[in-house]
Amino acid sequence: MSRGQIAMGEKGVTLQSTLPEGEKEFVLLRELVSHLRGNRTQLREEWARRITQTQLLTAMSQEEIFAEATSVYDNYVEALETGTLEALQAYARNLSERIIPRGVETHEVVGIVLLLRDVLARSLFSKYRSDFALLNRILDAYEPAANRIANTVAVGFVQERERIIREQQEAIRGLSTPVLQVRERLLILPIIGAIDPQRARQLTEQLLGAIRTNRAKVVVIDITGVVAIDTNVANHLVQTVEASRLLGARVIVTGLSPKIAQTLVTIGVDLSKMNTVGDLQGGIEEAERLLSYKVAPGDAPEELT
Amino acid sequence: MSATVANRTERNLSLATPAAPVRRGDADEGRECVVPIEADTDIVKARKQGRAMGAELGFEAGDLAMIATAISELARNIVLYAGRGEIVVRVLHHQGRQGILLIGRDEGPGIADLSLAMRDGYSTSGGLGLGLPGVRRLMDEFHIESTPGKGTSVTLWKWKR
Amino acid sequence: MEVPILKQGPYLIASIQSALADADLVQFRDALVEKVGRFRSRGVIVDVTVLDVMDSFATRTLRDLSQMIRLRGAETVIVGIQPEVAFAMVQLGLRLEGVGTALDLEEGLAFLNRMTRIGD
Repeated sequence: MSRGQIAMGEKGVTLQSTLPEGEKEFVLLRELVSHLRGNRTQLREEWARRITQTQLLTAMSQEEIFAEATSVYDNYVEALETGTLEALQAYARNLSERIIPRGVETHEVVGIVLLLRDVLARSLFSKYRSDFALLNRILDAYEPAANRIANTVAVGFVQERERIIREQQEAIRGLSTPVLQVRERLLILPIIGAIDPQRARQLTEQLLGAIRTNRAKVVVIDITGVVAIDTNVANHLVQTVEASRLLGARVIVTGLSPKIAQTLVTIGVDLSKMNTVGDLQGGIEEAERLLSYKVAPGDAPEELT
Repeated sequence: MSATVANRTERNLSLATPAAPVRRGDADEGRECVVPIEADTDIVKARKQGRAMGAELGFEAGDLAMIATAISELARNIVLYAGRGEIVVRVLHHQGRQGILLIGRDEGPGIADLSLAMRDGYSTSGGLGLGLPGVRRLMDEFHIESTPGKGTSVTLWKWKR
Repeated sequence: MEVPILKQGPYLIASIQSALADADLVQFRDALVEKVGRFRSRGVIVDVTVLDVMDSFATRTLRDLSQMIRLRGAETVIVGIQPEVAFAMVQLGLRLEGVGTALDLEEGLAFLNRMTRIGD
């Protein structure tokens, strides 16, 4: 036998000790993959059985579990064979997208992948039990690879989950910030509760869109329901006022508590330049006054800066 | 035979190595476009390119306006202070998120006092100076490197929501 | 790339048709100011509906334009700034100080009508 050749015996593979390490590992993995493919049916069934036994994926039916198990198994073995994770990553994300709406949770996904890892490991023990040294070498090749795969699938699932949660949060924010058209050319934006930068930005975008759609000339932003704002959000309020002006709308801010007024002053907002009125009712009256002005001596080139 | 084995060995071994911590530079990178900036007409070109790539990615109108505006300011700084340089627009895919990367770089005089240039004089800016704090506000992430006498490089990221 | 400037009674209406490079913007500014002088216009509407970006240069040019036109006794109003453009502008810290703004052409005309009655 010349160097670099491999002898196949009954036990499977014996390796020439003159082969470089990397090549040995490659040969082992190839042997491993062929074992996993050859025993696909029974290993897959064993896995599906253990999933049910451990009471994972209870949201899915037996048939569904078996169908997904088949895909996962095949992708798993392919990842072992090709040494690349891209296909597996794509599959993991795709799978996650399908099962998350079914209520499958992270611990279940991690659980089933680890079960597969165990089922396959057990089958390796069983096959190579008569050759402890070879078994060790096979496991040396198998374990890191199997762990990377488990990691990839779990992380893919979690990322997909996070993406869906972000989308839902955006949708919720969209629902909870209504801009009301009260009278013609007059919009009211009541802000209630805590505002984070994300929400503040969404508020502004919605308001600006509404100004254009409704051709509003005056906007009353009521912040009575806001307890406190930080510098970021205060800046955002100022930006909203300025951006509204660029669309030709005047902004009246109502419901300014002394605490919030203080915050605004602290960050350098000139409150004398911002049109503020004590309460919402007063704000609406002021708005109507502005709207009914035909000639406005005070309407010189806009001073609201 | 041995060449093929070597290739496959390497790929198999990559499965065996533990996951490296992901740095920003490791984001899977996709399409990239480089727009040379030499005159003010190139500013519009760079904007259009950035907007087009952002639109392909599916960014909303608001984000597209911010991306295009950021590019405009970066490109303008290049024209004003360095005379020439380039704008790089690159599509990013990172941990399931999509985003856009913008780089404005030149071999100009550089910025002597970076902290001064980055000071946020929001209430007094009005579009003066380099407008870097403003550009930073437009995007999600910001990074700047500048060496007086050698050049400047500004990198910006915006991720799809 | 020339911006069409139309005369409508005492006003001039300039509609920007596409993104303008810096040199074009300056040329437009000067052309507009010249026409204001020539026709002794009372007001100017600049329609920027088409612009998808208003950066620091564009903002500064429009401010300059407004000041130069005021020196000739006329008022300027910018109309058609898109919501997302307005948002990006304020993020960047750009302000159109001392320049009138309105939603669209119709509002712009109403604005000028209000402004120019002051002198009467």
